[in-house]
Amino acid sequence: MTILIIYILIFIAAFYAVKVVSSMRTSRKDYTSLKTVTFGDESAVSPNRAASIISVFSIFLIWAAFTGSKLIPFHVPGPFIGELGFSYTAMNSLGETDDAEVTITIYDVQTGEIPDKLDIEPGTGFAINDTYQIVAWRSALVKVKRNDVGGKDSDYKVIAINDQEISPNNELFIDDARIYMTAKGTLSVTPSKGWQMQPVWLPAPETVWSRLIKVSSEGYKNFSLFEHLGWSLLRVVVGFTAGALIGIPLGYAMGLSGWFRGWFDPIVEFMRPVPPLALIPLVIIWFGIGEQGKIILLFLASLWIMTISARAGVSGVKIAKIHAAYSLGASKWQIMRLVIVPNSLPEIFTGARVSMGVCWGTVVAAELVAAQKGAGMMIINASKFQMTDLVIMGIVLIGVIGYAIDILMRISENYLVPWKGK
Amino acid sequence: MKGLSIENVSMRFDLHNGNSIQALKDVSLEIEEGQIITVLGPSGCGKTTLLNIVAGFLAPTEGRVVLNDQIVLGPGPERGMVFQQGALFEWMNVRSNVAFGPRMKGMPKDEQNEKVKHLLEVVGLADFEDKAVYELSGGMQQRVALARCLANDPDVILMDEPLGALDALTREKMQGLVIKLWKETGKTILLITHSVEEAVLLGERLLVLAPRPGRIHKEYTLPFAEMGSSMDLRDVKKLKDYTETRDEILSIIWEMEEEIMGRVEEN
Repeated sequence: MTILIIYILIFIAAFYAVKVVSSMRTSRKDYTSLKTVTFGDESAVSPNRAASIISVFSIFLIWAAFTGSKLIPFHVPGPFIGELGFSYTAMNSLGETDDAEVTITIYDVQTGEIPDKLDIEPGTGFAINDTYQIVAWRSALVKVKRNDVGGKDSDYKVIAINDQEISPNNELFIDDARIYMTAKGTLSVTPSKGWQMQPVWLPAPETVWSRLIKVSSEGYKNFSLFEHLGWSLLRVVVGFTAGALIGIPLGYAMGLSGWFRGWFDPIVEFMRPVPPLALIPLVIIWFGIGEQGKIILLFLASLWIMTISARAGVSGVKIAKIHAAYSLGASKWQIMRLVIVPNSLPEIFTGARVSMGVCWGTVVAAELVAAQKGAGMMIINASKFQMTDLVIMGIVLIGVIGYAIDILMRISENYLVPWKGK
Repeated sequence: MKGLSIENVSMRFDLHNGNSIQALKDVSLEIEEGQIITVLGPSGCGKTTLLNIVAGFLAPTEGRVVLNDQIVLGPGPERGMVFQQGALFEWMNVRSNVAFGPRMKGMPKDEQNEKVKHLLEVVGLADFEDKAVYELSGGMQQRVALARCLANDPDVILMDEPLGALDALTREKMQGLVIKLWKETGKTILLITHSVEEAVLLGERLLVLAPRPGRIHKEYTLPFAEMGSSMDLRDVKKLKDYTETRDEILSIIWEMEEEIMGRVEEN
């Protein structure tokens, strides 16, 4: 919640900051800047590059600030680290009172150093001084009754902390900690946790980065990072290619022949809305968890999309083009090769882009369920060992690859079908 | 016998709701080689149906079309088509579009290129060979369409509102081009339009079709296309004869349209 509010504040602050900066600069008088009606004019809206940069930058900034990253000099308050002390007043069964000191050392598990138990004087009287070592973000149970002389007596109790009265099921706050007394009279000391996230929930950016370096050099679970990602990609490419090889001719047949369309329409229309993920259990039952099952799953994921896009490509050819080709003396085969196929390419490319996206999502999901190697297997396995840094690294890499696939498809589309949309 | 003859062509087809439509009834027409004929009529009079029958895309229910003693049974390269718009192949450049017909015939590559070069000069698009068709304006695209049709050296050129989608100024220029091509190539041209002005200007013979059922209502023989080859089209359009003929045909079409509207209102 705090993070969301901070993000919104950065959003608003950056908006005004950029506005002020750009108003100081004399901007180029291009056509759009001379438009008086911009609200509702889609063509007048272009992405503000400064906004994009600040947006990405602020995500990293918040991430770093809330994880105590070493990359930036300022952070939100972290958990209390160091020594924490308080005194308590106990009353024994005879009604006498005595004071004792409790010292708690809170250390950061990330540094790997566990501090030695403090050497302390027991002090005078029946209440004995005590000491504890705990990890940051955790709390300590101060077992006064076990430590003090006569503490086992049933009416032995702690009556005050730092001279403030306390009773069972109540809490009080001292500097940097909250102390809660349980129903049985044990003190539960929770040092202040600050605003930072625990590394188990969200590791710092540099931890993720160093994990990337480590995994890319050492690999993970018997396979290198390159192999994990490569296998996922390979499955997508093989599955997609198989789907396209069957789907495109099937789509053409459905676009050109009434028999084919009638025969396959019910099948295609039924299978199309079934999410590929729903097929995973059946595919595992039929083909097991090996490569065969995954490739068949991806084949099914891309098949219907490619079929429908090829069919739409054929149906979308203007009859005037076909008539013109016939009038110029083309044979059926020539019309197929020189008119129908090129005319359907833009549709097929759109289908291929959608299909590649679906396949990439499906392969990761399939690997989450069962796999020896692959991007999805890597992150699900890491999550079982609470290696959150590896999970985040995997998610980022999956996102980057998915984005790269889409960009590649778009580039090849511009290169191969430049007439699209013209 | 040389020429195109349309013999007692009727076209009647059934609709899904059980009714049937008589699109054309008993249309007969003899066109001599080298004539330019324009066909005019209110919408729904069957002009496009007639053209599609001559092109061979539709089979008439009665009658037949004969070109140079050959009965038309389907589309063929001896009957070239020019469409209103969007019939060029966007995935080919201008050269490949124009060379499409010769390529289908298996003409050698260098001969194709020579032909393309010549035809593009004729239609006023010299040096546009390597342009993509989607980079051209509407008028230029229609010039390419004309060149593509001529490249096949057809006996008859069928034009389905070839200038319909162009703006008024481009249209005037293109009308000049059509007359020029007709004169220079001596092709038989059958042109369908719904612009009365254009029909009067370009037609050596002008057919006015009447609707429901589609039939030839009236035929004119006009001198303006011939004049247009030697004088400015704007001057032709100023001639008294021209304006009178135009107005006469306009009023015929108007009456037909009114009649259709009336029939619709009665229903």
